[in-house]
Order: sequence, then C-alpha cells, then structure tokens
Amino acid sequence: MSLFEARNITKQFGSFTALDQVSISVPEKCIYGLLGPNGAGKTTLIRIINQITGPDSGELFLNGKKLTPRDVQTIGYLPEERGLYKKMKVGEQAVYFAQLKGLTKHEAMRRLRYWFKKLDMVDWWGKKVEELSKGMQQKVQFITTILHEPKLLIFDEPFTGFDPVNANTIKNEILFLRERGATIIFSTHNMGSVEELCDNITLINKAKTILEGSVNEIRKKWAGSEYDLVFNGNVKLEPSSHYKILNQQFENEKSTIKLKTETNITTNDIIQSIIKSGSLVSFNPALPSMNEIFIRVVESRN
Amino acid sequence: MNKISVIIKREYITRVRKKSFIIMTILAPLLFASLVIVIPIMMTTGDKDFKKIAVIDDGSALFVNVIPDLKDADFEYLKGKKVGDLKNSFEKDGYYGILYISSQLITTPNAIQLISKKQPPIGLLDHISNSLEKEIERQKLLSYNIENLDEILKDIRTNVSIQTIKIDETGQTTETSTGISMVLAYIGGFLMYILVFIFGTQVMRGVIEEKTSRVVEVIVSSVRPVQLMMGKIIGIALVGLTQLMIWVVIFGISVTVVKTTVLKEKNSTEITQNIPQDLMTQGQQTINVEQAQELTPQLAEISKIFDNAMNQNWPLIIFAFLFYFISGYLLYASVFAAIGSAVDNETETQQFMMPITIPIILALMVAMGTMQNPESSIAFWFSMIPFTSPIVMMARIPFEVPAWQIALSMGLMVVTFIGFVWMAAKIYRTGILMYGKKTSWKEMWKWLRYSA
Repeated sequence: MSLFEARNITKQFGSFTALDQVSISVPEKCIYGLLGPNGAGKTTLIRIINQITGPDSGELFLNGKKLTPRDVQTIGYLPEERGLYKKMKVGEQAVYFAQLKGLTKHEAMRRLRYWFKKLDMVDWWGKKVEELSKGMQQKVQFITTILHEPKLLIFDEPFTGFDPVNANTIKNEILFLRERGATIIFSTHNMGSVEELCDNITLINKAKTILEGSVNEIRKKWAGSEYDLVFNGNVKLEPSSHYKILNQQFENEKSTIKLKTETNITTNDIIQSIIKSGSLVSFNPALPSMNEIFIRVVESRN
Repeated sequence: MNKISVIIKREYITRVRKKSFIIMTILAPLLFASLVIVIPIMMTTGDKDFKKIAVIDDGSALFVNVIPDLKDADFEYLKGKKVGDLKNSFEKDGYYGILYISSQLITTPNAIQLISKKQPPIGLLDHISNSLEKEIERQKLLSYNIENLDEILKDIRTNVSIQTIKIDETGQTTETSTGISMVLAYIGGFLMYILVFIFGTQVMRGVIEEKTSRVVEVIVSSVRPVQLMMGKIIGIALVGLTQLMIWVVIFGISVTVVKTTVLKEKNSTEITQNIPQDLMTQGQQTINVEQAQELTPQLAEISKIFDNAMNQNWPLIIFAFLFYFISGYLLYASVFAAIGSAVDNETETQQFMMPITIPIILALMVAMGTMQNPESSIAFWFSMIPFTSPIVMMARIPFEVPAWQIALSMGLMVVTFIGFVWMAAKIYRTGILMYGKKTSWKEMWKWLRYSA
C-alpha cells in the first residue's frame, strides 16, 4: 500500500497551467524522486502536498485517508529556498518551528539536544542565525524539518549548498530516517543522487507526468540496444552486419567495447558473433544514467 | 488557535527585547517632556541678541521717547542727527539699526524707515508700529482738546481674557480651556498618526523579512497563512499597546508628582468664583495677584492649566484612543501586510505606499484644521471615513463630540477593518509565495479572487 498518493492533481494560476492531471503514488519507506526541468511544476506539487496551496481539482491521500490540515504534523518539509529568521538565535528558532509543528516546548528541547549533539552543532545554540555559514544554516533547517518525526518527509533540493562532507552526512541521515520508517519525497536536479538514493521517480515536464516507475526498471527499459563488453587481452572486433562499434579501448590488459546492435538482432545473435573474438569477461546491457534518460525524455517531448 | 499564540508570542518577544524598543519607550516621553518645557521657554525668551536702535527724526521732535524699551531692544533718540550721518557707521557705534521717523507720519502711514544690516524680527516691527500708532492716536485725540484726557485714556484701557465655562444639562459648570483642548487634540491626532504608521510599517517589514528570507514557506507548511498574518498583526499590536501603557504610566506618575510636590493642592473653585466679578474692572493681573497668596503667579497659572486638563473627559479620551489605535492599526496593518506580501523587497513598496500615505497625511491636515472648528462638516466627514477617522476623531474628541457620531464612526471602523483584514488575508496568501514578479494593483486584485 502506498503511504501517500496524489490523484489527478490540476492547478492553474490564471491562464497558466502549473499541473495537469498529475498523479504520484509513494510506497511506504520509499525514497521517491520528483524530477523535472525548472518550471515544470515540481514546487507547485510539493506545495500542494504540504497544503500551502490547494489544487483546483484532484485528491490527496495519506495512509489511504484523505489529507487533512491536521496532517501537517506528520509531514516534514524542507523548502528549496532555505529560510530562517536571521536575527533570531538558533536554539530559540528551532524550538519555535517545532512548536508550530505541534511539539511542546519541553519535548522540542529534548529532541533538539539529541540532534544538535549528533550533528555536532551544540556550540551554535546561542548564536544568531546570521552568524552561521550557509551550510550551517541548512543543517539547522534540516533538523527543524525532521524534529517532529514526520512519517512523510519532503525535501526540495536537499543537497544544494552543502560541501561534500556535509552532503554525505545529510545523505546518511536520509537513509537512516528511512530505516526508522520514514517515507521521503525529494525533488532534485542532481541525477547522481537520484541513482544513489531513489527507489522510485516521477518525471514532470510542462505540468504533465512524462515518466514514472522504479529507477531500476526505468533504466533497464531505456537500456535499448547498447551493450558494454569486456575481453581479456587486446581484442579488436571486426565490423559486422549485426552491430556497430561505438567505442573500443584497451587498458590494464583489458579491452572495453561499446556496441549498438542493429534492429531485429537478439542478444543471442550478438553473443554468437563475438564469442570467438577472444576471452569474454563480461557482457552487459549498457544502463543509461538517469541524466541521459532525463535529457532524452525531456528533449523528445519538447 | 494554539499555534497562533505561538506566533504572537514570538512576534511580541523578539520585538520587546530589541534595544530599539527599549530606547524608544524611554526616550519618547523624555523628548516629549523636553518639547513641552523647551518650546515655551524658547517662545518667551525669543531672540537673545540685544539690539540698540537709533531713533532720529527730521527735527520735529514729535516722537521723542515714545517707543518703550523692550527686554531685548533699546530705543535711543539722537537729537539733531541725520540718516546720512549714521548710515555708514551705525554698526560700528553699536546700533542694530536706524529708525527714521518723519513728521509726516501723522498723515502718511509709511513715512517711517528702519535701516538695518539684517532682516529685523517681526516682533520688533510690531512693537514699533504699535507704540507709534498709540502715540499718533493720543496726539490726534489731544488735538480735540478734551479735558482730563489722560485720565480718560487710562480708564478706558482694558485687557480682555475670555474664561470659557461649559454648562451641561444639569446646570453644572466646569471651567474649560480651549487651549488645553487644542493641545490634547494635537497630541491625540499626532500620536495616533505616528503609532499607526510606525506599527503598521513594522508589520510590512516583518512580512517582507519573512518573504525574502523564505521563512514563510516553512511556516505556512505548519500553519495557515491567515494565522501567520494575524499572529504577526496581533503580536505587533501588543507591542504597541505595551509601549502605550508604559507611556501612560510614566505620564500618570509625572503628573501626580508635579501636582503633589510642586503645586500642592489648591482650591480651584475659589478662583473660579472670583473671576466674573473682577473680570470687567480689573483684568487678569489683579486676579493673579489674589491667587498668588499661596503660589507665585506662574505656578498658579500652571495649576489652573492642570485643573482645566483634569476637567477633560479622560475616560472617553483614553477609551477612544485605545479603540481607534487598535482599529486604525488593524486597518492599516492589514493593508501593509498585503503590500509586504506582494513585493520582493522594501524598495518595491514605494509605489504602493503613496495611496496609503495620502489618506493619513490628509487626515493629519484635517485634524490640524479641526482645532479651529471642530464642528465643521469637513471635520465631521473625515471623522466618519474609516481611513481618516482615527486621527481626525482624536482631534475632535477634546472639543466634545455627540455620542452618536462617535458610535457611528466606531461602527464604520469595525466593519471596515474586518473587511480589510479579510481582503488582506486573501492577497497575502497568494503574495507571500510569489517571487520575481513585479506586482501591480491589478495583480493584487486578481489574487483577491483566487481560491485557496
């Protein structure tokens, strides 16, 4: 069963359509990627999920029940543009946001102490936000997002602005949160992190869903007719009517070759035609990166 | 509801803790007190420069020593001198100027000149012309050869100082002072203007701060935008009320201190009774002497001002002030909040500020005019229109306003601010999440009609 579901969401601003019949279904304990070029409608969808704005039509379900305003307490939201009161002290501010999410002051303090210690931020408590660096501010905001232990977490571009060390810390925390039972939706342009973290994705372009499913399946589906082969020793494939050679190189006593098969040629045909060329170490359909898929899908639609 | 109180608390505490708030709260009464003390001193002392003026004539000796010396100016008659003798050297000789009076002055009003290096003050000119007018009048009267003229003149010279006594339905009389009413009207109207404007713009700044720092997005994922807006407006209103209360307490304490220590208590009814009998024949000065059995004349005067001030309808003034402050603030603050939500930074607010400042400034101008004639129809209408009524009504109340007018004005105010808060909430809800778009009034009108 899916933890969160949005069905046929449509949203218009005047004559501009921001979302057109978009549906997503997020399984429990899944990391769900929301992808799309700038201006595709991701942020609008995220705002609708957070009930910051309402959809013109369509329905939202959390745990199979219709989403209600009270559910904000089970959702944690880290917006793309990080915002904290600059003149306010870090600790006070964290407590304030926690209270707005429904925690008591006492409980907020208890949990904040744990997280500040865990992420090595104890010294920042009495400082004003403006005294912190941007990355530090983001860490504070990350904590305020997850403090009320929401079942559904929504991160809009969570890694921008972090150095590699902190980005890694945050990545680990996201994985840790999933282990503890949270479901995570995150939007990003960083396709590397999608391959690393996401189980499922939805790709939105110009207000419409154009691709969705599990990351592995999508990559397999888009693998198409390209293969990566590795031979021991220096092997040169002869040109053939079965395939085109895209790339050949010899390195570390191994030859790496990329092929593109002609139409109507099966995997067996290829293997038969190359098997005699040398000692084959590996033969794999070439999985396209999410980056390639993203670009190809979006460009084919434009 | 619980969340709104969390927001109110934050808005309130962060502001009250600010140094600027503490400084303003302490400094404003001090500034005000110093104004009250310094301005009268400046007005009475005036120009400190002592002026010596040479008076010369064309040899007729008609106006010898007729101009009395002033505190800051002496008039010295130089017999037989001519303008030409002094023209180039008067400054070196220590004179401020040369006053040349021709004998033609009796028939030709402009046969008199004051030659000086600097523009002479109005007070000095008035003094000269008044003295000379009196002298010419006396000389003309003399030419009729009336017997005992000097005694007659002394006898008919009078000063008039009107005592205003208000009478109500039960026939009870209270001594009032139009001067006091004017001061109260001025303070009431002006303070209202300052407070509504200061705290209204604070709301706008707060909204812009949240919008530009993008805090707003985090918050509206936890509370409804209307709650955030109202929390901010109410929080800042409480800051305003706190400040007002502190000022009222400071004012109250200083009044009591002054009254009990400097002035002591004096039976004021006695004075009131003296006035009607003495007024016609003896004038102001005699009364002062009588009063001064216990107090010096100035203190007696101040004591009277105090008594007059106490006769104002204080409960009404305070109630009306609080009411108009809260409602006027809510009205303007909601407009300010809507504007703050519509722009990306403070410089962009300017195009929207004009239409807001105009009614406020207009109200202030009408309020100042109101003091001349509190019953005029312009004062009436401006004290009914909700955008101007807080300021104008505060200026009218010290002059007594019919109860139905106050009730109507307050009723209109309530209806309007509810309407405006509602509209502002709708604009705010859309505006705070809009970035990078130049907003116009038309755009805001469109937002008004969006559904949530």
